[in-house]
Amino acid sequence: MKSRTIKVDYLARVEGEGSLYVKIQGDKLADVKLKIFEPPRLFEAFLRGRRYNEAPDITARICGICPIAYQMSAVHAMEDAFGVKVEGPLRNLRRLVYCGEWIESHALHVYMLHAPDFLGFPDAIQLAREQPHIVQRGLQLKKAGNEIVSVLGGREIHPINVCVGGFYRVPTRSELAPLAERLKWARDAALETVKWVAQFPFPDFEQDYIFVSLQHPDEYPFNEGRLVSNRGLNISVHDYDDNFVEEHVAHSNALHSVLKSGEPYFLGPMARYNLNFDRLSPVAQEAARAAGLGPQCRNPFKSIIVRSIEILHACDEALRLIERYERPDSPSVPVHPHAARGYACTEAPRGTLYHRYRIDEGGIIRDAKIVPPTSQNQKRIEQDLWQYIPSHLHENHDQLRWQCEQAIRNYDPCISCATHFLKLDIERA
Amino acid sequence: MPHVRKPKLAVWKFASCDGCQLSLLDCEDELLEVAGEIEIANFPEASRAVVKGPYDLSLVEGSITTPHDAERIHQVRRVSKFLVTIGACATAGGIQALRNFMDVRKFMSIVYATPAYIETLSKSTPISEHVPVDFELRGCPINKSQLLEVISAFLNRRKPNTPPHSVCVECKLRGTVCVMVAHGTPCLGPVTHAGCGAICPAYNRGCYGCFGPMESPNTKSLSHGWLRLGAKETDLVLAFRGFNAYADSFRKESESHEK
Repeated sequence: MKSRTIKVDYLARVEGEGSLYVKIQGDKLADVKLKIFEPPRLFEAFLRGRRYNEAPDITARICGICPIAYQMSAVHAMEDAFGVKVEGPLRNLRRLVYCGEWIESHALHVYMLHAPDFLGFPDAIQLAREQPHIVQRGLQLKKAGNEIVSVLGGREIHPINVCVGGFYRVPTRSELAPLAERLKWARDAALETVKWVAQFPFPDFEQDYIFVSLQHPDEYPFNEGRLVSNRGLNISVHDYDDNFVEEHVAHSNALHSVLKSGEPYFLGPMARYNLNFDRLSPVAQEAARAAGLGPQCRNPFKSIIVRSIEILHACDEALRLIERYERPDSPSVPVHPHAARGYACTEAPRGTLYHRYRIDEGGIIRDAKIVPPTSQNQKRIEQDLWQYIPSHLHENHDQLRWQCEQAIRNYDPCISCATHFLKLDIERA
Repeated sequence: MPHVRKPKLAVWKFASCDGCQLSLLDCEDELLEVAGEIEIANFPEASRAVVKGPYDLSLVEGSITTPHDAERIHQVRRVSKFLVTIGACATAGGIQALRNFMDVRKFMSIVYATPAYIETLSKSTPISEHVPVDFELRGCPINKSQLLEVISAFLNRRKPNTPPHSVCVECKLRGTVCVMVAHGTPCLGPVTHAGCGAICPAYNRGCYGCFGPMESPNTKSLSHGWLRLGAKETDLVLAFRGFNAYADSFRKESESHEK
């Protein structure tokens, strides 16, 4: 029997190092392995013995693309442990800085990493030679997000201003005003982005996914809420460990996360959208309908539309937050550490990010568990490839290889996160 | 007019968070201009197209933590005319160098159920411990303006202008009141390499040393200053044992406070 392999030794346009190995025997798909060879960095081990208030700055270094997500999950987990409530303008500033990270990370993925697949370019630089104004729009949109993070956080990557209890320094109203000017442009650009990506050619591919995300009674989720799914899961983040398990597989330096039932699940923009459509801002809902999407979307290739809708929502939400902002008297609320356990999930651009800490009476971290979105999506990505490849075996080798890469990029995987990554092998036998 | 070949740029990743190479994509206003002047020949985070080496300039992110990477860095050196390390991981081993102070096998069993599946070295080491490096750009993360300066300098055969003085000078330039003198806030600014623009003190917190040691830092004297402000020995161990823990002067200082 003839067999062949498709190999992608170093997956491009994803964050971190991974590869794909696909084995085809005759007309049957025999194996799919998304391998993550990004070297392990062992954060959970060296967090032991560090102070509770170092967790936001240390865990930010897990990922240069979404440091705010790590900082947010860390501070919320610590505040959960010590019974601290951060409300009012400080809570709103946290939502604002998260909007900045979503805009920056999503614009990077939509324009620089994912769109070139749909248009047949190897990268956005080549795309810019033919459509410079489009790529410029993407870069300026990304910049609008980065500027929020810079103003609130001090710099775009590994911001320095987030602390347990709030911030080290809070901005004045006049410091936020220039952001609003750029965000008004960005909101229009985001709307144009939704229209642009909605015209891309999409393969006919829908799956019956288990979507999981946070859900807040009246907001599109960022920092808090209950963990829900479209199959009836509805739990407090305290019960995360009772409902999800991590498996260690030989081909990956990232742990695979599955539901207790053993089923893989889907996190990120697609999950948030399907579970929280009615909580999107009206302008985002309207743009979604105009783009031909209903409240449900089960085609992962269309995640590029959903991601663009989330950019629009984040721009709109950021504008609303800036408009209502009144500078609080104090940049943070007092924190009194004691022996306790703390749990938090927040919505990173790529999906739910779980942190759990055990702190001793001196405020020292004794145990830490961090589950990033990509390790939770990893098994689901492999499942998509198991479903997608068999009906596309007639395609030529290079085409199929590229489509496999595209199917992986649907998830915007962040491999640096997941090991706490990607290389592609397709073997045809 | 004769055809002038554009210089070729490659970006390589070892153990890291991707943040330093992201700094290049974060140059939103300059990226397309840079791409006009140089050929981005090998940059997997940005492109699936790879142009074969050799490369005129290689930017290396990340530290060496696996036997495979300890081999791979030699291949990178062989295909690179100039090799510049970007960031604290590549320059000092990064935050993951905290393993260098502990038993790595114990570390692995904390994170992974089956540590036998994982290949790792007992230490996280900077690139310069493995191959000759032409220039080291500091920071966790690097400053994107400094990155553009370094790219421009190497392509124009001049020395990059990245001042080696301390963060203190940047506070003065920025007009920030000294947080240590005025507020008694412990700060690593006096021994930390400039480049960030002294952000932390401007946000009312002490510098935490993410750009690593400046040229000839007097860490001992600063430690005395911290103790006078009421810091404890363990505070000094943790402070010097951060994102540049394995940089020589920071490592020695943290060890001197460990009892």
